[in-house]
Amino acid sequence: MTISVKPQQIGEPLFYLADEHPHPEGWSTSLGFWIYLMSDCLIFAILFATYGVLGANYAAGPAPKDLFDLKLVAINTSMLLMSSITYGFAMLTMQQNRIAQTQMWLTITGLFGLAFIGIELTEFAHMIHEGATPQRSAFLSSFFTLVGTHGLHVSFGLVWLVTLMVQVWRFGLIEANQRRLMCLSMFWHFLDVVWIGVFTFVYLMGMLR
Amino acid sequence: MKTEAHSAITADHHPDQHAHGSLSTYLLGFILSVVLTAIPFWLVMSGELGNKQVTALVIMGFAIVQIVVHMIYFLHMNTSSENGWTMMALIFTIVMVVIALSGSLWVMHHLTTNMMPVHEMSGMK
Repeated sequence: MTISVKPQQIGEPLFYLADEHPHPEGWSTSLGFWIYLMSDCLIFAILFATYGVLGANYAAGPAPKDLFDLKLVAINTSMLLMSSITYGFAMLTMQQNRIAQTQMWLTITGLFGLAFIGIELTEFAHMIHEGATPQRSAFLSSFFTLVGTHGLHVSFGLVWLVTLMVQVWRFGLIEANQRRLMCLSMFWHFLDVVWIGVFTFVYLMGMLR
Repeated sequence: MKTEAHSAITADHHPDQHAHGSLSTYLLGFILSVVLTAIPFWLVMSGELGNKQVTALVIMGFAIVQIVVHMIYFLHMNTSSENGWTMMALIFTIVMVVIALSGSLWVMHHLTTNMMPVHEMSGMK
């Protein structure tokens, strides 16, 4: 059997790019990273849905009112909010090509992020000490999964932040590093958006139950 | 004015297509989010509204507004960046999230209310 390849005729529709044209490095990174963030958004949506379904099943165990300390959550929320604005300042100084100030703002962002993780781990440790472990009830399983996944994201964001600070320290604010810092900026602000959902639906509405 | 300049560049595959913030937009976004965070915390901690359902609806409203504020001022969302593809991806994701959330809650709520608890069933004998 022979396959005959017909030459392209004039006027026939073309379903692919006939000529490969070059693109500058990283030209599609921000769109690709945005699509990754959207897929991450779906993960959190499913975890929120799970918490919404199971969140009232205490199995005669502790309820949100017995466990949550809203003052601590308010402090934690302000830590994340502060880290968002300091990352914004890091992006602004990056655009002006001021390396030292960019590194300083990144360090402050990292410290706020570290404080957030520290307070969250203290809260978790306190809950587990009181016997409110993930195994205790469906409410606690879904709570630890949702809030823990967010905390894990912030922790990986911190690792990424330190990595990029080393990159900037070694190679300066080259175009590739600027692109990487912009991706982390989107990741960091995205985690703040997820946290808005967490403190509203888990902590504040939990206290209203 | 910034978006116009960017969309003009976008036509010939400029690598720097994303919108940047300025000091004033970052500070405005920050002040708005502090206010939009503080009010729901205060409402719940003080119990100012009295009615729990009303409070829940109000703090949900504040959360939605704050998410939009973060999207615009921190994530620099607009309809023109990447030829509108970021906005398309966002709209698609929001549709998926709404279907997943409302569908799960709706179905599972009916499952809980329509399933007879064991003790009620034994009482019917």
